[in-house]
Amino acid sequence: MKKTLLLLSTIFTLGHTLYAAEGDDPIRSMFLMDQFEIRNTDTENLRTWEGSFYIGYDIDKLYFYSTGEATKEGLESSQNDLVYSRAIAPFWDAQIGLAYDKNADASKTWGEIAIAGLAPYWFETRAALLVNSDGNVGVRLDAEYEALITQKLILTPSLEADFYTKNDAQLAIGSGLSLVEAGLRLRYEIKREFAPYIGVVWEKTFGNTRDYNPVDETSLLVGVRFWF
Amino acid sequence: MQRRTFVKGLAATSLLAVSSTSLEAKSKQAKISNANILTGKEFFLTIDYTPVNLTGDRAVATTVNGQISGPTLVWEEGDTVTLHVTNKLKKSSSIHWHGIILPYQMDGVPGISFDGIAPGETFTYTFKVQQHGTYWYHSHSGFQEQTGVYGTIVILPKKREPFRYDKDYVIQLSDWSDENPNTIYRKLKVRSDYYNFSQRTVGTFINEVKEKGLSKAFNDRKMWNQMRMSDVDIADVTGYTYEHLMNGQPSSKPFTVLFKKGEKIRLRLVNSAAMTFFDVRIPGLQMTVVAADGNHVKPVKVDELRIGVAETYDVIVQPKKNKAYAIFAQSMERTGYALGSLTPNASLQAKAPRMDAVPTLKMVDMGMDMATMNKKESEGMKCSSAMNMPSKKSMKKYKFQSMENQKYPITKLPMARGVQTTMMAMSPKYRLDDPGVGLRNNGRKVLTYADLKNRYSTKHDKKPDREIVLHLTGNMERYMWSINGIKYADSKPLVFHYGERLRITFINDTMMNHPMHLHGLWSDLETGDDNHLVRKHTVIVQPGSKISYRVTVDAKGEWAYHCHMLYHMLGMFRKVVVS
Repeated sequence: MKKTLLLLSTIFTLGHTLYAAEGDDPIRSMFLMDQFEIRNTDTENLRTWEGSFYIGYDIDKLYFYSTGEATKEGLESSQNDLVYSRAIAPFWDAQIGLAYDKNADASKTWGEIAIAGLAPYWFETRAALLVNSDGNVGVRLDAEYEALITQKLILTPSLEADFYTKNDAQLAIGSGLSLVEAGLRLRYEIKREFAPYIGVVWEKTFGNTRDYNPVDETSLLVGVRFWF
Repeated sequence: MQRRTFVKGLAATSLLAVSSTSLEAKSKQAKISNANILTGKEFFLTIDYTPVNLTGDRAVATTVNGQISGPTLVWEEGDTVTLHVTNKLKKSSSIHWHGIILPYQMDGVPGISFDGIAPGETFTYTFKVQQHGTYWYHSHSGFQEQTGVYGTIVILPKKREPFRYDKDYVIQLSDWSDENPNTIYRKLKVRSDYYNFSQRTVGTFINEVKEKGLSKAFNDRKMWNQMRMSDVDIADVTGYTYEHLMNGQPSSKPFTVLFKKGEKIRLRLVNSAAMTFFDVRIPGLQMTVVAADGNHVKPVKVDELRIGVAETYDVIVQPKKNKAYAIFAQSMERTGYALGSLTPNASLQAKAPRMDAVPTLKMVDMGMDMATMNKKESEGMKCSSAMNMPSKKSMKKYKFQSMENQKYPITKLPMARGVQTTMMAMSPKYRLDDPGVGLRNNGRKVLTYADLKNRYSTKHDKKPDREIVLHLTGNMERYMWSINGIKYADSKPLVFHYGERLRITFINDTMMNHPMHLHGLWSDLETGDDNHLVRKHTVIVQPGSKISYRVTVDAKGEWAYHCHMLYHMLGMFRKVVVS
């Protein structure tokens, strides 16, 4: 993890010094912590994050995504993706790379292809197809919408759904529909780059996943969204 | 720093003193009343860093002779001028003489006309002045234009001009940001609506539902939402970061034009902004437009005019009352304004009127055909209320059909569709009588291109030999701009043949206004009367529209051809080779 952070920070500083170069398509980087929050679940306070970093150009980018949760005791689980991303249509990027899932007991690497972009009606969308060496195939879908209450007060409904073809006890995922998470966050952009928010999230596991990890709860949350 | 500026100021004054006598002898017309002018045949210009405070915060500008705007250069038609430009920046620099007809090596575009002026070096430009009127100059390197490297050029005519005035003022409009332009560009690249705080909200939609009912309100939004385009996307960079300037002064310190009651005042309006279109008016006064881009036009009286980036207009006003009038230049997207005072007494300052409401783009700005839309409506598709456009009138009889009917051999050009293009104008029309978004039906007489007629006959001008069609293309979401779907870096030069008369037709496949500037050659704009083609150097192509002009290819060499929006031009650019 430390290594990854180091690498990221190196790439990041590199990006910032380089983008001063002239030309229509200077290299640029962006770090976005879309969700950085504390969820008040039935049992404990869960810290979760969902963020991304990219460096690249109009057409070609290197993307890193990370999402996960931690308790006082440490990391519960995280999903990380490192992908090469290429613009293939006005609003869409095709991505290929690796995903790395980790929880307290185990970790697993997947091969990944994905499509990410802005769907009609302004839905920010990402759909990823994953395959690992156990022959498990997963699909992870994300969608988010931004509704402006005012120019700075923004309501964001989001939906996430995960599917797998096989059970994986180590990662506590089961075949079929595994997880659905629906969120609603209300943020206030003090600046474009910095917005505290409150919200509510509903999370539920299904099918075989329920056997490993029964979850069905609604929690209130508070967090900050920031980017640079 | 202060000392240096002082020394320069002195140099400027002495130059002025030397030439002012000849100026008076030469012309009975009033001389430029602005303080900051240089006259003569030989000029010394220095580009350097200068500390400024235009917003309340200190920042560093790049300037010509230590000032924003740079000095107004007054030339005389027929003279050969020599300009020594010294670059004291740490980066390469240049000066381009915008709209001036000259040998291409003197045009000042690094990479095309010359290598640029390296740090510490001096480049000497020299050329014969073959025209007269109001023009301007600016750096053509990086984003230096945004940070202050610009000034006005006034060329005094050999022959007396066909109108009278008592005083003559330059009104140079521009936009300033304390942010580094590279930062602005990066922000647009990572989030193209960064500077737009006039976006549609849930409230806007609820109001529309109340007004029209849910299904109609939803359907009106349908096309925009499907195309992922915003009808309030008027400007990329706004008053959120910009301070709008008049002759280098923010609106808190209005530039003052003095008059005596009854005097005729010539105002030379120049838009030197990086990204801002200005809508200019003087409440209480009509303006008589006498020249566009330096060239005389048949006088036309207006209440208001839109001046696109890089355009110039000469207007004459005659204040009838002993009161202060506001010279009010609001930005097209209504996030700020530049302000001047036209006053009989410097202690009497005008107040700015209220800015107009934030405009919204209509279906016509998407290049939709009203006729098809109406047909679709009868086929069940609900037609947008946005259809209630002024052009409904012109729908009955399409005023510019004659331009549509002109057929010349078309030279096909490479074209790409793909990531570069998010929109295609399905049915682009000539919209010369459309004052543009935010100015339609505002109750004032607003100048349109259809009002512009060359003062002199163009009846005997050669008819075009051939035509090329250029699509202005872009991807607003990714902030990419191009011509024919191909950005400059990936493009081949356009080849013009020496001696030919070329018709160029633009089709704007984006929802932004693009002021297209052809270097070295005039753009003779078709505005509805071929006998009076208006001569311009910069032509606004409205969103979703079509426009044509003719070019006499009479200057050999390599020329730049581009959109003058500073953050569009890197991609929306072509090199032209005349051979």
